[in-house]
Amino acid sequence: MLKKRIIPMMQLLNEQLVKTCQFDSWRNVGDPVKSASVYNSQYTDELVLLNINRENRSLEQLAQLIPDIAQVSFMPLSVGGGINSLEDASYLINQGADKIIVNSSVYQDPTLITQIATKFGQQAVVVSIDIKTTELGKYQLYSHCGKQLEEISLAEHINQCQQAGAGEFMIQSIEHDGMMSGFNIPLLKQVMSLATIPVIGCSGSGDYQHLREAFVETDVSALGCGSLFNFSDSNPIRAKNYLTNYNIPFKKV
Amino acid sequence: MIGILNIGLGNVQSVYNAIYENGYDPVFINTPEQLADLSHFILPGVGNFNAVMKRLEQLGFVSAINDLIARGTPTLGICLGMQLLATTGVEGGEIKGLNAISAKVPAITPLQGLRVPHVGWNEVNFCQKHPVFEEIKDGRDFYFVHSYHVTCQHSKNVIATTDYGESLTCVIATKNVIGVQFHPEKSQKNGMQLLENFCEWDGCFEQNT
Repeated sequence: MLKKRIIPMMQLLNEQLVKTCQFDSWRNVGDPVKSASVYNSQYTDELVLLNINRENRSLEQLAQLIPDIAQVSFMPLSVGGGINSLEDASYLINQGADKIIVNSSVYQDPTLITQIATKFGQQAVVVSIDIKTTELGKYQLYSHCGKQLEEISLAEHINQCQQAGAGEFMIQSIEHDGMMSGFNIPLLKQVMSLATIPVIGCSGSGDYQHLREAFVETDVSALGCGSLFNFSDSNPIRAKNYLTNYNIPFKKV
Repeated sequence: MIGILNIGLGNVQSVYNAIYENGYDPVFINTPEQLADLSHFILPGVGNFNAVMKRLEQLGFVSAINDLIARGTPTLGICLGMQLLATTGVEGGEIKGLNAISAKVPAITPLQGLRVPHVGWNEVNFCQKHPVFEEIKDGRDFYFVHSYHVTCQHSKNVIATTDYGESLTCVIATKNVIGVQFHPEKSQKNGMQLLENFCEWDGCFEQNT
């Protein structure tokens, strides 16, 4: 049986990891390589590393960090933030990334997904979608670190990315980010009904009950957690021990 | 010396790091001539079947790898590297594989609304013993990420399977060649054990008949 995954989300700003609230007001939460090493010792399922620096979208920072992280962490590593071309993707994969997370650039050019998938396989492309829910419950898609509203509907975008060859979706709910008040369950349900590829649900983890709720109520393959592991004495081992009591399947080490 | 094929079509650094962490000093292989000195050879695993086979042809690797396998050098294929051991592949257009094991590589059928690619940790269930899996318990989880899977012509080549909608072959072997669909270099403890076992393996394997 395929197991569920819990993925620590590491957000990079300059040389430090930070955690944002609603895509703003970040707090420093430590060193990326040391954090990756700790997660490795906790048999974490997978890691996500995102460059969230709005001023500096250059790839250099990621490119310099990836080899150091790959030396201490023997698990899948997805990286994103500022990847706009096949050359960008190739560069980071050659540095040691396993999956490339694309977001803003695919609104203009979905063929970027196809180009990466053709060279590295479909599984190497994760499409991240940042979503705001309006007061009327309508979903709006944002690019460029949550700053630019995109005209396309959630359904159309999901469909377009899948057609182009996306391997996974990563769903962030902007108003839930960093609030530690639970995932956006209606949004995740909506995404699961539209997507046929695996989905990583993010934004909102504050305690283990939130994880349980999301795994029980939706068919997400994985949950991304930032604040939960940054601001409490929680860690992936304890999260999985808790969830195992509710028959949610995780890997056996 | 342990050699890791590096033709610029995927993440090979993690395989290197995992082997190094186990106490070995592997080398990257960029030209067919380098294959001559190897004690062990690893075909790592990200990419597109058709693109990689074409590149191997261009660089003159196909016959050199076949010679290395025929010499009895222990050879490990990981993910796409396992799939390349088959007779033919269809990802990116039908093309011949290395044909070390009689097998095909069709796409995973999305039965019962299964999500493809198959991504994540899944159990590896043994059908027969293999030295490379020594000290690894039956049913442990390894990290998978793939959209195509290997189907062997002969069940004697199937070492282990995993369940994803149907039973998928995930470890294949013949003589000195073994292929694994999952990523040992990304599978932490059990993956590290597997890689260590491979680096110590003399290439002998008595398969079920």
